[in-house]
Amino acid sequence: MSGLPFHRRKSTRLAVRYAIAGLLVVIFCFPIYWLFIISFKTPEEIFAFPPVWYPESIQFDNYKVLFKDGDAVSVLNSLILASSSTLIAMVLGTIAAYSLVRFKTGGENLAVWIISQRMMPPVAIVFPVFLLYVFFGWVDTYFGLILLYTAFALPYVIWMMRGYIEDIPLELEESALVDGCTRWEVLWKVVFPMARSGLFATAVFTFVFSWNEFLFALVLTRTEVMTYTVQVTHYFGGQSNFWAKIAAMSVLGTIPVFIAVATMQRYLVRGISMGAVKG
Amino acid sequence: MQAGLPNPVPIRRCNVKACPSLRGGQAWPKKARMTAALRPDRNFKYWLLAPAIFLLLLVGLFPLIYSLIVSFMRIDMMDVDTSFAGLYNYANLFEDKRLWQSLGHTLLITAIALPLELVLGLAMAYLFLEKMPGRQIFIALLVLPTIISPIVAGATWRLLFDNRYGPINQILGWIWGEPVTALWTINPYLVYPALLICEVWQWTPFMFLILLAALSNVDKSQTEAAELDGAGFFRTFRRIVLPAIWPVMAIAILIRGLDLFRMFDIVWALTKGGPGTMTETISVYAYNQGFKQFETSYTAAIAFLVVFLLTVVVTWAIRRMGLAK
Repeated sequence: MSGLPFHRRKSTRLAVRYAIAGLLVVIFCFPIYWLFIISFKTPEEIFAFPPVWYPESIQFDNYKVLFKDGDAVSVLNSLILASSSTLIAMVLGTIAAYSLVRFKTGGENLAVWIISQRMMPPVAIVFPVFLLYVFFGWVDTYFGLILLYTAFALPYVIWMMRGYIEDIPLELEESALVDGCTRWEVLWKVVFPMARSGLFATAVFTFVFSWNEFLFALVLTRTEVMTYTVQVTHYFGGQSNFWAKIAAMSVLGTIPVFIAVATMQRYLVRGISMGAVKG
Repeated sequence: MQAGLPNPVPIRRCNVKACPSLRGGQAWPKKARMTAALRPDRNFKYWLLAPAIFLLLLVGLFPLIYSLIVSFMRIDMMDVDTSFAGLYNYANLFEDKRLWQSLGHTLLITAIALPLELVLGLAMAYLFLEKMPGRQIFIALLVLPTIISPIVAGATWRLLFDNRYGPINQILGWIWGEPVTALWTINPYLVYPALLICEVWQWTPFMFLILLAALSNVDKSQTEAAELDGAGFFRTFRRIVLPAIWPVMAIAILIRGLDLFRMFDIVWALTKGGPGTMTETISVYAYNQGFKQFETSYTAAIAFLVVFLLTVVVTWAIRRMGLAK
């Protein structure tokens, strides 16, 4: 043993760090645990007093109800909206970012204007967008919401992809041009494959943002394309007997996000900080 | 043409100037090389940008201009008066007590939540800065709250805060020694703590993650040298670490500050602005005016107030934080 006093020893410090880390995990994960556990509880267990901390047995009745009532369709709607808008935003955003990086189109001003669109408070545009959508008959349609989510994702995609495209060596594109590729072919055959990892990372976060969006889904959907976030709030209506539904629907809506982010662990930092830290 | 020499092969779509290799491999300055390479189809760069710009204008700028026009009219549920009403709606803003209260609520939440998230996030980042076995798993678990939907976060805390069937009161009861039946989302004294707990729970991991990445990039030899010279932890932090992580930290503060200012989802899921209008944020208030009261013109005026305030604050913050290049 070293001569250091107890509290300066490396092993003590490590133990303390583990203890604090464990405590933090408990604090931050307990609410999620509680949400999951309620979704597996029977009504008697949910409304037991004092509350029970784990169900006697795992049962899926709360989920079955959602599928039988057709409420689970809202998760499918979220999936359609989030994945289509992500796909479109990735293509449009990447080519726009390419233009900004390689040709300096519009200079720094255009880039700043684009990112400033991300700063726009949604509440400032939600009402005019609603009126616009009523006028065009886009309320409660897939098209309308995909259009909207694509536009919301674009500043983020352009901003992120700018960073990734800057890392692609110019020589590759030049040699492709020399070999007789058209400019579109260069984009498709060189830029997109080279920026692959950046594309995936950005896509995951774009997907998560669209997936979690609430305000515009609340305003612009009725029945046909209602997303899961709106569906969850429909159960809030005062009575507590909808608890099982709140929990089960939330879990259904949360699992895809967990899967998406788990597969993209190593891009987490760069994605979440909008590229402020190159991770 | 001389016999014996091959016919010159036309090089397709290749600008000789653009290819240093064809000109004996001499390196061209980057800028000149690029502009030369662009000459063939000049409009290409605009075609690339066009769809994105069009969409941004359609859902960003167009509604804003529409709002601006409407805010000078008098359209509400009863009446559609499209004649020019001057600053009528804007004048009303100043007499609207509920509006300024909601602005106050928003600022209150931001002023408490943002420093809390920053300090807690920083402390957590320091905890995980040194390597330890299983670090990645801890980080992955801690980040979960940030990636779930704010609506789900609000719903979850609604269940946790329930006065009878929620575990929070149960745990407090163990500590207190007798049953606690606090009405977290109804009691005027508890509703802000409840909101703040939910907000801080969800977004501290966001700060943590960004600050951890920023701290990992700090040059270790500098901090070690400072400590050898006898500088304490706080002195080292202020003089060496903080300047190094500031650019990233400033952006994190900016992103969170903006999100807090337009906070809607968590409030909607947890209190819906209640009890009464006690926790109404500016976003919730504008939503109510627009979609419950159908005060079209007035809502547009509120929207412009918000845009104006945000622009002022963000411009000031960017200057102040030294983010402007």
